[in-house]
Amino acid sequence: MSDKRIGADARAAKGWFGAHKWLLLRRGTQLAILGLFLLGPLAGVWIVKGNLAYSYTFGVLPLTDPYVALQSLFTGHLPETLGLVGVAIVVAFYVLVGGRVYCSWVCPVNIVTDSAGWLRRRLGIKGSVHLARTTRYWMLAMTLVGSALSGVILWELVNPVSMLHRGLIFGIGFAWTIVLAVFLFDLFVMSRGWCGRLCPVGAFYGLLGRVSPLRVSAPARAACNDCMDCFEVCPEPQVIRPALKGAATGAGPVILAAACTNCGRCIDVCAKDVFRFGSRFNNALPVGEAGGDRAATPGQF
Amino acid sequence: MARHDETLPPAVRKAAPARRQFIFDAARMACGVGMLGLGLGLYAKQAKALPALALRPPGALAEGDFLGACIRCGLCVRDCPYDTLSLAKPEAPVATGTPYFTARSIPCEMCEDIPCVKACPTGALDHGLTDINRARMGLAALIDHETCLNFLGLRCDVCYRVCPVIDKAITLELVPNTRTGRHAMFLPTVHSEHCTGCGKCEKACVTEEAAIKVLPIALAKGALGQHYRLGWEEQKKSGGSLIDEKSMVDLPDRLPEGTTLPGHYDPASGMTAPPGMPGSAPGPVPSAPPGLGGPAVPSAPPGLGSEAVPPGMPGAVAGKVPSHPPGLGGGR
Repeated sequence: MSDKRIGADARAAKGWFGAHKWLLLRRGTQLAILGLFLLGPLAGVWIVKGNLAYSYTFGVLPLTDPYVALQSLFTGHLPETLGLVGVAIVVAFYVLVGGRVYCSWVCPVNIVTDSAGWLRRRLGIKGSVHLARTTRYWMLAMTLVGSALSGVILWELVNPVSMLHRGLIFGIGFAWTIVLAVFLFDLFVMSRGWCGRLCPVGAFYGLLGRVSPLRVSAPARAACNDCMDCFEVCPEPQVIRPALKGAATGAGPVILAAACTNCGRCIDVCAKDVFRFGSRFNNALPVGEAGGDRAATPGQF
Repeated sequence: MARHDETLPPAVRKAAPARRQFIFDAARMACGVGMLGLGLGLYAKQAKALPALALRPPGALAEGDFLGACIRCGLCVRDCPYDTLSLAKPEAPVATGTPYFTARSIPCEMCEDIPCVKACPTGALDHGLTDINRARMGLAALIDHETCLNFLGLRCDVCYRVCPVIDKAITLELVPNTRTGRHAMFLPTVHSEHCTGCGKCEKACVTEEAAIKVLPIALAKGALGQHYRLGWEEQKKSGGSLIDEKSMVDLPDRLPEGTTLPGHYDPASGMTAPPGMPGSAPGPVPSAPPGLGGPAVPSAPPGLGSEAVPPGMPGAVAGKVPSHPPGLGGGR
């Protein structure tokens, strides 16, 4: 590791905006979605009613959080038609664009944990409690089994995601303490702890996106100069290696891991433009590599 | 479990620790996350205990079912035209994010079209509720007889007046005011058959702390045993008495010495009922005492009708009405 800031090479190569394009788009999307929800209560413009658990847009479009609905199903309750239609729409959307797009482009806690991650790097905080990344799947199973056993939608009793989002729209109360706890946990206790290891919501959406056509790919991986900036900035760095360093083993350039949030920060911070948004089906070996016989041309996004 | 020793083939010797490690890792996860789940489960059990004064919106399922059905989206809150509902904040003693209202702050206005129920995407508010009068958010109970102004003999009646189901859910029952001896008390009386638990009575109660409160039905209601039969109801149903009135025996009434009570019969004090009075001869027991709808008493002393005051009571003597009852500064 050099002492240079992460992404310094990318800024030099592409300019500040070029090195922050996807980050800006992502924050813009997150804030726009939050803004749409807040327009009603703050300005009386009722485009969207509700919150991330369920919302009703323009009085026609229902959107239901499938994970909350699934827990409800485990308690033995079936929602009304509108609720079910909302589940179908949301599931279809995230299966298409990548399950964890929810985490990086919609979830309000992402801003909190990304801030904690950024501050952790700036302050140079080293050391972290170790917890396997598979813990979240155990958490997911636990909330479903627990919902069935208790008859209560279990995770919603403590879910920081819905607490923060609901709090911003309906009145925060003491929910800010929970959000602060998540921030401090990620900052001091466990690097990328909440989203990367514990949160069952992210685990659920990750499973939803296992077959998503929209993926980050490393078609120009031959140009990689091992600066490690993408690994440093990535919230789930373990997903990069197979795609970026897979030339030797014959693995394709597409990041197929369900844990990838499609946030695009690796695209931003790479001075060599190794990464692109593309299709999972475009996983042939890039030109110039052993066995690569055709150019991979991921669609431009 | 394969033992790690020289007698096993090399492949097994290498695989055994890895497999063991895998099982240990899984056990660690299951135990750690399981403990967390146990804590959450206990918290969920606590969350089912809704505080008495937190009322669910109309059509809400029973609390246990409600917490499995409500996804905390707040659509009911948004579609309530009166700002009645709010979503529970984490510090509230109500399951986080679920809708509730407090009658004393803003009661339910019982909209005819029940927009909160229509807005619910999950059916946590039962869409089968289409007539708001069938809602059962709770049950009003006149809890405090000591501070209710009507119980004190005044005419407040506010809870009765504001009741959306007036004269059905709340009626005023007249009972004599024995303190003044010449007034009626109009006691607000709630009838669970019609009360929706909207809380407008609790909101309107004029006392500093409401004397009438909406409680969860389970708290507010008693329950007669299954074996109880109300004679008068059974009589109505069957169109007549269920017992053989002819064979009823009138047992003597014990009275203090020297007293007489018209219509009663006390052989021990030498008082026998005059002929024609109940108790003078075997026969059916009157359905009500004289003066309260029973058979007229022919030999009752003059002036002892239902409209007069018995001798010795204030008002028995014609003249100025005393300002207070005797013994409380009033003259005789």
